[in-house]
Amino acid sequence: MKVGIPSEIFPNELRVAATPKTVKRLQKQGFEVYIQHNAGIKANFSDKEFEEAGAKIIDTAAEIYGKSDVVLKVKEPSIEEVDLMKEGLVLLSYLWPAQNQLLLQKLADKKVNAIAMDAIPRISRAQKMDVLSSMANIAGYRAVIEGSYHFGRFLNGQITAAGKVEPAKVLVIGAGVAGLASLGAANSLGAIVRAFDTRKEVAEQIQSMGGEFLTVEIEEDGATSSGYSKEMSPAFIEAEMKLFLEQAKEVDIVITTAQIPGRPAPKLWLDYHVAAMKPGSVIVDLAAATGGNCVETRNGEIYVTPNGVTIVGKLNQLPSQASQLYGNNLCHLLDDMGKAEKWKIDMEDAVVSRAMVTYNGKINWPPAPLPVSPTAGGAKKVVAPTAEEIKQSDAEKSKKAATTTVMSLAVVGVLLLLVGASAPPEFIQHFTVFVLAVFVGWQLITNVAHSLHTPLMAVTNAISGIIVVGGLLQTKNDLSNPMTILAGIAILVASINIVGGFVVTHRMLKMFKK
Amino acid sequence: MFFIEKEIQMAAYLFASILFILSLGGLSSQESAKRGVLFGIVGMIVAIIATVLGEGVSGQVYIIIAIAIASVIGLMLARKVEMTAMPQLVAILHSFVGLAAVLVGFGSYLDPHAHTLTGAAHTIHLVEVFVGIFIGAITFTGSIIAWGKLDGKVPSKPWSFKGLQTMNLVLLIVCTILGVLYCKADGTSGMLYLGIMTAIASFIGVVLVMAIGGGDMPVVVSMLNSYSGWAAAAAGFMLGNDLLIVTGALVGSSGAILSMHMCHAMNRSFFSVIFASGAGNGSGGEKKAIEGEVTSLNHEEVATLLKEAKSVVIVPGYGMAVAKAQYPIFDMVQTLRKAGKNVRFAIHPVAGRLPGHMNVLLAEANVPYDIVLEMDEINDDMPNTDVVMVIGANDVVNPSAQDDPASSIYGMPVIEAWKAEKVIIMKRSMSAGYSGEDNPLFYKPNSEMLYGDAKDSVEKIMGFLKA
Repeated sequence: MKVGIPSEIFPNELRVAATPKTVKRLQKQGFEVYIQHNAGIKANFSDKEFEEAGAKIIDTAAEIYGKSDVVLKVKEPSIEEVDLMKEGLVLLSYLWPAQNQLLLQKLADKKVNAIAMDAIPRISRAQKMDVLSSMANIAGYRAVIEGSYHFGRFLNGQITAAGKVEPAKVLVIGAGVAGLASLGAANSLGAIVRAFDTRKEVAEQIQSMGGEFLTVEIEEDGATSSGYSKEMSPAFIEAEMKLFLEQAKEVDIVITTAQIPGRPAPKLWLDYHVAAMKPGSVIVDLAAATGGNCVETRNGEIYVTPNGVTIVGKLNQLPSQASQLYGNNLCHLLDDMGKAEKWKIDMEDAVVSRAMVTYNGKINWPPAPLPVSPTAGGAKKVVAPTAEEIKQSDAEKSKKAATTTVMSLAVVGVLLLLVGASAPPEFIQHFTVFVLAVFVGWQLITNVAHSLHTPLMAVTNAISGIIVVGGLLQTKNDLSNPMTILAGIAILVASINIVGGFVVTHRMLKMFKK
Repeated sequence: MFFIEKEIQMAAYLFASILFILSLGGLSSQESAKRGVLFGIVGMIVAIIATVLGEGVSGQVYIIIAIAIASVIGLMLARKVEMTAMPQLVAILHSFVGLAAVLVGFGSYLDPHAHTLTGAAHTIHLVEVFVGIFIGAITFTGSIIAWGKLDGKVPSKPWSFKGLQTMNLVLLIVCTILGVLYCKADGTSGMLYLGIMTAIASFIGVVLVMAIGGGDMPVVVSMLNSYSGWAAAAAGFMLGNDLLIVTGALVGSSGAILSMHMCHAMNRSFFSVIFASGAGNGSGGEKKAIEGEVTSLNHEEVATLLKEAKSVVIVPGYGMAVAKAQYPIFDMVQTLRKAGKNVRFAIHPVAGRLPGHMNVLLAEANVPYDIVLEMDEINDDMPNTDVVMVIGANDVVNPSAQDDPASSIYGMPVIEAWKAEKVIIMKRSMSAGYSGEDNPLFYKPNSEMLYGDAKDSVEKIMGFLKA
């Protein structure tokens, strides 16, 4: 199979979808790699390096799009680029499907199977292919470096012969991947770091990166099942703005990272916040491209306000590093899709089916929602057969299952008839109760958490001490009767079991706490 | 003596059954678990009182004496037991239920009232007694052996010989023949057959559990739990008591499904665990030769590694339970977390000697359960982990399960410790795990051994961490 990497034609796009390192990896996966002349030049990778890594250099984009089976790209393709693509091509690229309906239609018309790297679901299994995370990580780091450059003072506190230096205070708004990366970078440079997020669950992550979690005194959690935060109530926002105003007077660098997928960035840092800041302080707005979190941000510019606050609205992408991580993300996805040998587009796969925005000439967007949950991560990892094969084998399986069910039900029915014919009515009555109880027990236990298996076993053990009832029924008021002796011992041991079982379960459960 | 009406007794039994169902249901989540236990206790009290006050029960004095003595013994047992010895306690308690079932069975056979039955009803009653005693006896001796194996009193290695299955089959046939003879015997003259059958069933119980390796003990304990339920249900049939039937069936089926869950976690079929001789669904063939060299570190070096790490995952196993290392481990975890490191526990579904054993031990040491993750939750994070500390675990981190079809644990899901930057394996020696398999993980270039008792080692590491 052939993998092609075209040059990025968008002027501000410095990254490339493969690096010499990932080219080697692609070959290990069994792909032949073709890369366009000078594709990596803006990210400091020369054609020579790519050639040494084993890639073939191709002169024109037309040839790449026309001959490859899989094309790796960074920026979403232009309409002209789509025109060059051959039918059945698999495209891995940023696509922003929510904003680019026209492009999706065009791709579908060309029967290109396009995977939007920005639509990879955010589940644990897909973390290794999550380009939003890997790019956010870079942005978060760079935001601190950039902010510190414009700040013009040390970030860490020092006591030197020349005098004492106060450490800088950095406020990070939004503790997603970018926010956390900023926290870590700022913390390691010695700054005092604080972070704000509407989601209470991230408090621990913030603390783990060495930051202080700021919060407002209103009970409202912004977490949603999608992993992004929701919009908050007016009362919450008011409290939040007040908190920001207090912080604005204190902090030296503000890094804002709040973004809502498919929508303009929320305005969090308002004009009076900027006005309250000390001259020389810096705002780095990572949401500048989608309108900015700060009202005074100018996208693509570094701007100094009249009161001396620098607002950074453009960031260097660290193209070399970014290309490497992006390329790795792509390799991981190709790994999951079976590499060259067992290549399969598995539309049953939780990741592929959601990121594949056009498939076989149809638009497959928006995908079915997938809540962020740890259990989803364990889903199928193995390369599964194609959709048709699955359908076929499923149909066969269900047919088979149906026949076995009918057969076994018939057998059970006959057996029950036999029992009914020969046994006394009392037995049938007991038997009914027995069978129903078996089913209840079966249903009850199916969903027990692993961690509770031991307590569960201890409790069922205690309950099985119900055998004591048998002993009780047999006790006679006569010690010389052997039945009484037997029953007495039975009661004794069964009661030990009951008391011991319940007490020990209680002891265990007392220890479980969050 | 005061008696309650039969109908009231039935209603009380129904109430007790409902409470038992709620009790088991309550145990399915952390929040409702304590309530579940309470339901169980109330249900049991209702059941006992309703039975004692019922018609035809006499000898209340003896009943009260027996229950009083038992309660004291039960309380002492349950209070004294160390959390690490929990599996043994559960196993020995199972044996009590088995014993009680056997005794109730014999009692029922001796009951002159039962012999007034005629025809099919009489035969059915006799069969019920027979089956009840059979299951009870297997549960009784099987649980004692399981207890011995868990407690180290019986060698944990699977003890088996060729023809074991055939022998069990022959014994089973003999029991059936005895059963027929016994059903035909008049009055209580079938006692002899019943006695021989009990002896044979006890023997089967012993052999059955002897043949199963220590590594599979969690499944065995849970299976015996299921047996004890079936024994109670059988007793219910012979006494015509619906409460016993319902409760026995509940325990029986829930124990069975629990065992199957666990077999599933080990990728073994239920029957291969119960009937196969210990280890073995390996498809045969040449074992992969293990390459590499075992390297070891000292405590100070481990402490340095931990200081440099950002993300640490601890994989505990039975070794942690034996050394009672959960307390010092949690001390260490707290120290590391205070230093801003991401420290988590990874628990394999069958780590330890009981399902959920590790969770119980960690809970005992107050480890918050949200940093205790299951295998599936953590495996994807392994490549991003700096240091994995394997504490007294072996088979659950054995890479052979994934890449060596000749291995007996091939196909079992394992914690992919080797994908981390560095793996530290704390172990007493180089000996194999319960499955008897050598572990290639120890030979990987990124893994280091730290020999010694887990508790002792962790305490020493703590010393260097604080220094």
